[in-house]
Amino acid sequence: MKTHAHTSNTYIGAHIERVEDYRFLRGEGQYLDDVSRDGQWHAAFVRSSVAHGRIRSVDASAALAMPGVHAVITAADIEGDIPTIPFRRPNPTIGPYAQPVIARDKVRYFGEPLAMVLADTPELAEDALAGVMVDIEALPAIIDRESAMADKILLFEQTGTNVPTMFNADKGDVDAAFASADYVIRDQFATQRQTALPMETRGLLAEWDAQTGRLSVSGAAKLPFFNRTTMAKMMNLPDEAVDYIELDVGGGFGARGEFYPEDFLVAFGARKFGHPVKWIEDRREHLMAIGHSREASCDVELAFKKDGTLVGMRGALYINIGAYVRPNGMTPVRNAAQFMSGPYRIPAIHLDAYACVTNKTPAGTYRGPGRYEGCFFIERLMDQAAGALGIDRLDIRRKNLLTHEEMPYPLATVLPSDGRADTQCDSGDHRVTFDTCVKESNWAEKAKLQGKLIDGRYQGIAIGCFIEGGASGPQENVRMLLEADGMVSLFAGSSAIGQGLETILAQIAADSLELPMERIRVFHGSTTYLKMGWGSYGSRATVMGGSAVLDASKKLLDLFRASAAKRLGVAPETLTIAEGVAKAADGRSVPLAEVAGDRLEVDGSFKNNTPTYTYGAAMAHVAVDPGTGHVDVVDYVVVDDVGRIINSMTLHGQVMGAAVQGFGSVFSEELVYNAEGQLLVGSLADYLVPLASDYPVVRCVSMESFPSPTNPLGAKGAGEGGIIPVGGVVANAVANALQDFGVQPKILPLSPSRVWELIDDARLRA
Amino acid sequence: MKLPSFDYQAPASLAEAVALLAAGDGSARPIAGGQSFLPVMAFRLAEPSLLVDLRNIPDLSGIKISDAGVRIGAMARWRDLLDDVRLAEAMPLLPAAIDHVAHYQIRNRGTVGGSLAHADPAAEMPTLALTCEAQIDVVGAKGERVLAAADLFTGALQTSLEPDEIIVAVRFPAWAKTKRWGFEEFSRRRGDFALAGVALCYDETEGRAANVRIGAISVADTPIRLKNAEAALEGRAVDAASIEAAMAAASGEVDPAGDIHASARYRKALVGTLLGRALESAAGRKAR
Ligand SMILES: Cc1cc2nc3c(=O)[nH]c(=O)nc-3n(C[C@H](O)[C@H](O)[C@H](O)COP(=O)(O)OP(=O)(O)OC[C@H]3O[C@@H](n4cnc5c(N)ncnc54)[C@H](O)[C@@H]3O)c2cc1C
Repeated sequence: MKTHAHTSNTYIGAHIERVEDYRFLRGEGQYLDDVSRDGQWHAAFVRSSVAHGRIRSVDASAALAMPGVHAVITAADIEGDIPTIPFRRPNPTIGPYAQPVIARDKVRYFGEPLAMVLADTPELAEDALAGVMVDIEALPAIIDRESAMADKILLFEQTGTNVPTMFNADKGDVDAAFASADYVIRDQFATQRQTALPMETRGLLAEWDAQTGRLSVSGAAKLPFFNRTTMAKMMNLPDEAVDYIELDVGGGFGARGEFYPEDFLVAFGARKFGHPVKWIEDRREHLMAIGHSREASCDVELAFKKDGTLVGMRGALYINIGAYVRPNGMTPVRNAAQFMSGPYRIPAIHLDAYACVTNKTPAGTYRGPGRYEGCFFIERLMDQAAGALGIDRLDIRRKNLLTHEEMPYPLATVLPSDGRADTQCDSGDHRVTFDTCVKESNWAEKAKLQGKLIDGRYQGIAIGCFIEGGASGPQENVRMLLEADGMVSLFAGSSAIGQGLETILAQIAADSLELPMERIRVFHGSTTYLKMGWGSYGSRATVMGGSAVLDASKKLLDLFRASAAKRLGVAPETLTIAEGVAKAADGRSVPLAEVAGDRLEVDGSFKNNTPTYTYGAAMAHVAVDPGTGHVDVVDYVVVDDVGRIINSMTLHGQVMGAAVQGFGSVFSEELVYNAEGQLLVGSLADYLVPLASDYPVVRCVSMESFPSPTNPLGAKGAGEGGIIPVGGVVANAVANALQDFGVQPKILPLSPSRVWELIDDARLRA
Repeated sequence: MKLPSFDYQAPASLAEAVALLAAGDGSARPIAGGQSFLPVMAFRLAEPSLLVDLRNIPDLSGIKISDAGVRIGAMARWRDLLDDVRLAEAMPLLPAAIDHVAHYQIRNRGTVGGSLAHADPAAEMPTLALTCEAQIDVVGAKGERVLAAADLFTGALQTSLEPDEIIVAVRFPAWAKTKRWGFEEFSRRRGDFALAGVALCYDETEGRAANVRIGAISVADTPIRLKNAEAALEGRAVDAASIEAAMAAASGEVDPAGDIHASARYRKALVGTLLGRALESAAGRKAR
C-alpha cells in the first residue's frame, strides 16, 4: 500500500481541479479593469456610424472644450502614412487590404475608429464623443458576398476587386473522379456572421516611460510576443523596449488578443502625452469592433459510387471577411477549403475559396475557424446523399472514414501558401471514435424515434464527424528555475486565456520532475518572463508549451544531478534521481531543495511544424416543436481522441464548453446588419449566447488510443474540436426530425422563426 | 455605455417626490428598480437631470388582497409577487405570468410600477393589467387620478403619464375562484422578452365561456386585447372547434412587426399557437 499522497507520474491523465480557480473563486483574479495608475487618462473611441463613405471632416473642437477632456487624436495627428495592423499569415495579394489604425480618407465599416478621446474618467470620455463632429459622404454599402463579387462598388478602388485572395484546395484528379461517379449531389449552404464573445471585453493599459524609453502594455492575451514585436515596429522602438503584460484573461476564443487598431492608438496616446492611457471596451463597441467570423456560404458537390464510396468533392466557398484583412482574417478562408473533407477519405478535391471584402466589421478567427463552417457543409451533404442513395447514415460514414492504416493522411494542398499549404492527419482511427459515439449515444434505441411525434414534438437524431487540426508550431519556450525556497518556478511563453494553463503546465512539470504539483509555480504570458515565446492559439498551449516543459525538466534534473554529485563527491552518472532526491550508491542522498542555493536555471523549448489532429464524432438528439419552431437538444454526445489526456477535467470543460458554444452558433447568435451596413446588434439582449441552463445534457467521452507522433507527450490540441461538428450534426438532426415535411435546413442559425418557416413552407407546398 | 451624469434624490414622501419631478427642467425621472431605465441611460437614450428614487416612500409597496380584488403597490418587486402565497391563491394568473419575467437577479429588483411606466409591449405586466381590466392609481402635481390600463399605454415605451406623475398602485378587480385562465409565452431563451405571449381568463357558466378576456404580448406597439378571438369564444364551449376558431381569429387580427429575432409572419402564427395552448390549459385545468 502506498503511504504517501503523491507517486511519480500520476498527475498527467488525472482528473485534477484547476489551480487557478482558487484565485477566481475568491475574487482575487486580476483583470485589466482591476489595474489603475496614478494620472491615467481614459480613452473612448469615436466610431463611424456610416458603413461606407468618404470622410469630409472630423472636428474635435467642441469635445476639447468639454470638462475633463485632455486630448482628441484623429488621423491628422499621425504623421506620414497611417500605420496598418499586421498580417499573421501573409500572402502575396492581401497587402492593400490591411486595416489602417485610424480612418483618414474613407470609412469602410460601421464602428471603424475615427478619433480617440482622452479624458479624466471613462464617463467624461464618453460624454465627449458627442462633441466630435464627423462629416462623411456616404457611399453605397456592400454587405453581402454577391454584391461584393460583382465588383461594381469597390472598397479599395486601387485594387479593382473586392476579392483579396482566392485559395484553391487541390488533391487528385477531380474531373476524372466526377466522370467516374455514379451519383453526384450538389447544394448550397450558409453559416451566419458571429463573434467569439469572450465574457471580458478587450482592455488595454499603456504606459510610456520617457526616461528609459520603454513602453508597457497591460492586457496582453493570446499572442504577446508577436504583438510586442508588431507594436515595437509601429512605434519605432526596439523589441526589448516594449513589454506586454498578461493579467487574468476572461476568455479569448480566437478573437481576443489579436492586434487591433485600438492597441496602437492607446499606446500612441500614452507616448504622445506621457500619461498612462487605459481603455476598456464596452459591450456595444465590442460587438462592432472585435473580430467577427463565420459568415460563409458554399456551392459544393460530392461525388459517390453507388455503394456510398466518396470519390470526389468540388465547388466554391465564399467567406465574407468584412472591410479589411485583419491579422488572421484569411485563416477561416483557407481552413474552410483545407479541412472541409474532414475525416473522410476523398481522393480528389478541388475547392475555390473566395475571401470577399464587404462593409462590415473585419473578420478573424473564432474557435474552430473554417472548420465549423466546412463541417456543416459536408455533414449536411453526407446525410442528403445517404437519403438519395438509400444507404444508412451510419454506413455511408463508416465506408469513408479514415483508418489507422492510412495514417498519416494528407489533406488537400491549399494555395497560395501561407506557410501551411500541406498538412496531414497525424494518427488515429476514425472508426473507433465513431463506433464509440454510436454506442454511447444508444443509437440503436434512439433510431426508433426518428421523425416520430411524441408529446407534440418531432424527434430527430444525427451523427457527424470532425477533425480538429491544432497545436501548431513553430516553437514554444519555457524557463525553469529552482528557487531558494525549493520551489520550482516555471516561466512559460504560452498564455492563459481561460483554458487552465497553470494547472496543465504544473501537472506536466510535476510529473517530469517527480515533484508534488504544489512545488511548481507557473508564470506565463508576459514578455518580461522570457526572451521569446509564442502564445496560445490553435489549441497549442498544452502540446507546444507542455513539450517545452518536458525539455526544461530534463535539463533541470541534469543540473540537479551535477550539483548533487559535486556535493556527494561521486560521479554524476552513479546517482539515481527519484521523487526530488538524488541518491548515491552508498545510500547517501541530496534532496532538490538542498541545492537551491546553486540557482539552477534552464531554458526549455519545443519546435515542431506538424500539427496534431484530434478527431471524433458527435451525436445529437433533438425534439422540434412544430408550433414554435423551438428545437430542444434532448441529448448530445461527443467523443474525441486527443492522443493523450493530460487532465480529463479541463479537457471535458473544453469539450463541453465548445459544444454549448456551438449550440449558440446553431440556434441563436447572429450579427445582423441592415441594408445600409449598420449593425443591428448592440447588446447581449440582441446577441443571444447560450445561458447556463439552456443545454443541460452534453456528454463527453475522451479517448487516447492513438498518441500523436508529433510531440513527446503524444498529446493533441483539444480546445476546438467540441464546436466543430455542432452545426452539421444539429442541422441533420432537425432534418431527421422533420422528415415528414421534407425540411432540409441549409442556412444557420436555426432560430425558432426560421425552423417554423421551414415547416410552414413545407406545409404550404404540400 | 457609461451613465451620463445626473443628480439623485430619494425623498421620503410621495408629495416630495412629485414636487421634485415637477420642479426641474422636465427631464427629472422617477427610478424604481432601475432594471430598465439604467440600461436606457447607459445607451445614452435618456439623459435625465435628476433621478427621483422611490425606494423610501412608504405607501408604494405591498400587496393587498380583499373582496374588491388585488392591489399591488408600484414598488412591489417581481420577487414579492412570486413569493406571495395568498396571491397565488387569489389570482393565480399573475404569478404564473410573472414567472416568465427576466432572470433571478432582475426579478429581485424590477418593480410592477416600473414595468407599467416603462410600457414595453414585450413585457408581461402591461398585458396582464390590460387583460384583467386593472385600474392604475396615479399621483401628480395636479393631484390624483385613476387610469384604466387601456388608457395608460399609448405606444412603444410610451404612456399617458405626465412627467410629474407617479404610479402608486395597480388594482385588479375581484377574481372569482372559479375563473379559468391561461398564460403562454415563447421566448428564445428562458428569461428573454417574449417573441409573443398570450394571457387570458374567462368565466364558465353551464359549460360556456363568458367574459372572455384575451391579451397579447409583443405583437403590437402596445399590449393589446384580441377582440376577435374573444368574440370567437364568448358564449361558446371551449372545445377543439372553438379553440381553432379563436386561434385563427387571433393570428388574423394581429399585425406584428418583424425584427432581428423573429419575422412578422412567424409572430402572427405564433400568437395563434400560444392562444391554442393557453386555452387548452385553461380548459384542462381542474376547476376549483
Ligand atoms: C436582462 C433583462 C431581461 C428582462 N426581461 C424582462 C421580461 O422578460 N419581462 C418583463 O416584463 N421585463 C423584463 N425586464 C425588465 C424588468 O422587468 C424591469 O425591471 C421592469 O420592466 C422595470 O422595472 P424597474 O423597477 O426596474 O423600473 P426602472 O428601470 O426603475 O424604471 C423604468 C421606467 O419607469 C419609470 N418609473 C418607475 N417607477 C415608476 C412609478 N412608480 N411611477 C412612474 N414612473 C415610474 C422610470 O422613470 C422609467 O422610465 C428585463 C430586464 C432586463 C435587464
